[in-house]
Amino acid sequence: MFEIFGIPSQALFGQLLLGLINGSFYALLSLGLAVIFGMLNIINFTHGAQYMMGAFAAYFLLNGFDVVLPHFAATWPPTFTSVHIGVGLSYWWALILAPIIVGITGLIIEQVFLQHLRKLDPLYGLLLTFGLGLVIEGLFRNAYGSSGQPYQAPAALQGGRNLGFMFLPNYRAWVIVLSFAVCLVTWFAIERTRLGSHLRAATENPVLVRAFGFNVPRMVTLTYGFGVALAALAGVMAAPIYNVSPQMGSDLIIVVFAVVVIGGMGSILGAILTGFALGVIEGLTKVFYPEASNTVIFVIMAIVLLIRPAGLFGRRA
Amino acid sequence: MERALEPSVLARSRDTNWSLGVAFVVMVVVFAVGPFVVYPVFLMKALCFALFACAFNLLIGYGGLASFGHALFFGWASYVTAYTAKAWGWPPELAIVAGTATAAVLGVVAGGLAIRRQGIYFAMITLALSQMMYFFALEAKFTGGEDGIQGVPRGRLFGLFDLSHEMTMYVFVLVVFLAGFLVIYRIINSPFGEVLKAIRENEPRTISLGYKTERYKLVAFVLSATLSGLAGAMNALVFQLASLTDVHWTMSGDVLLMTLLGGLGTVFGPVVGAFIVIAMQNYLAPFGQWVLVIQGAIFVVCVLLFRRGMVGEVAQLLRVPL
Repeated sequence: MFEIFGIPSQALFGQLLLGLINGSFYALLSLGLAVIFGMLNIINFTHGAQYMMGAFAAYFLLNGFDVVLPHFAATWPPTFTSVHIGVGLSYWWALILAPIIVGITGLIIEQVFLQHLRKLDPLYGLLLTFGLGLVIEGLFRNAYGSSGQPYQAPAALQGGRNLGFMFLPNYRAWVIVLSFAVCLVTWFAIERTRLGSHLRAATENPVLVRAFGFNVPRMVTLTYGFGVALAALAGVMAAPIYNVSPQMGSDLIIVVFAVVVIGGMGSILGAILTGFALGVIEGLTKVFYPEASNTVIFVIMAIVLLIRPAGLFGRRA
Repeated sequence: MERALEPSVLARSRDTNWSLGVAFVVMVVVFAVGPFVVYPVFLMKALCFALFACAFNLLIGYGGLASFGHALFFGWASYVTAYTAKAWGWPPELAIVAGTATAAVLGVVAGGLAIRRQGIYFAMITLALSQMMYFFALEAKFTGGEDGIQGVPRGRLFGLFDLSHEMTMYVFVLVVFLAGFLVIYRIINSPFGEVLKAIRENEPRTISLGYKTERYKLVAFVLSATLSGLAGAMNALVFQLASLTDVHWTMSGDVLLMTLLGGLGTVFGPVVGAFIVIAMQNYLAPFGQWVLVIQGAIFVVCVLLFRRGMVGEVAQLLRVPL
């Protein structure tokens, strides 16, 4: 145990770790927003709700869920029984299945709603996804109230290790490593592979890419699904750290918007780096000036807007 | 942005604005009879929000600037009005001026930052700035945190009119609303308003015509913020309360919904939208979170099917401006 600037090392590194965890979520969520924005030219306001759906999907896969069924007898008023459907799939399954399930709901949203907005002002995409977010959050709040449901970290990742200068819980280390890996793979897939180059070309000039025989509308749909799946993955990872609650996404997404404004959505790598960096800065603020920890990211956003309006990694349109 | 009216309709009605006059008279009559039919407090709340939505519409409907952070101006004006009236014992007219002025100053700062980026970034920046000020309100001492500022005295207006009397307060709110409404109407139809509409339709072309569009956008933003602040100040006096609800982002969502539902860029749309949304929140309150679901669904339906909003659709049907 030693001290840095009069702060015990435990507290300092503890907050730094928490900052990195928050940074992982900022990075994953702003990455998803950037990917979606690139192809669809809309800001996905439903992102926070989809992150929440990811966490709930993990919760349902583990604990099962209740389905209310009416009795098929000729009685009036009808009686209902609630049937518990238990699946009992562990965290590891949720890590794969939840993004797929929520991603599919994303595909449906794109097909039913968003594809009709392509020729309109981006403002309408904003309004529509905002409304969808309210609907989803409202439905979950109706069903599960405002209090959170606990979700256990998997047995293999419980406990922690003593690094000498701090105690490192295994699950938190795992979150940081996994989200960093997912970010890197996404960056590689978009910037360095053939598929990614098609995507980027379709972003630049959809008409031309379509003329080359690529199915651009399908690429757009799948991109939206992928961005949503990233949000859901972040939700699964967040479930054991924070409680699973209907409003877990709505406040977080506003901070992520600030992160996106700071980084600029021009570059994938920019979104990732800004996410992690701002998480760390927020963590450090909690140590040195806790009163400002809620607002520091917004203050940084204001400063960046004054100095570099296009964002740190953005290109001036 | 979709036009509220087709150009052909506008062209035909350029010299005959009779429809606006008729609608205005109908509105005044409804508000004059209203308190004898419905609860005055409900009407006062709706009037405050109607003014809020009209101020918001000035920015989004005529300037094409979608702010997601207008709760900032509404809420902070209501805090300052409540605090000056309660803690310093200021008379209502001064407290309202103080609240409105606060909103104007916040409008200069937030607007100055937000107009540095366009489109969706503008929306995200305004939302983030308003969230920042929400956290300030949560932590600052004078706002009373979770409790808010309760039991705000309504006082005597100009030392003459006792506002604790319900009908006196109603008349005061109505006068302020009508004044705000007419100011906004005047702004929309001024040369300044025409430039604002030009920016909405095509900003690069407006720049090439020699207009400093950033300056116009900032002025529009500050005007909208100031009038939103006036609405918030009135609301604080009506309910004798300023609380975190007024600065929360859901409030920004509410005013957006009112304006969209009534009709972006229509004169009377925000008023109609505000009354519908407030009535809905009032009567659906027992159903808890379903209000959220219904509001979200209205957003979706409006965007997909009724982009002109209710008043905009009626105006299109009757081929008159409303």
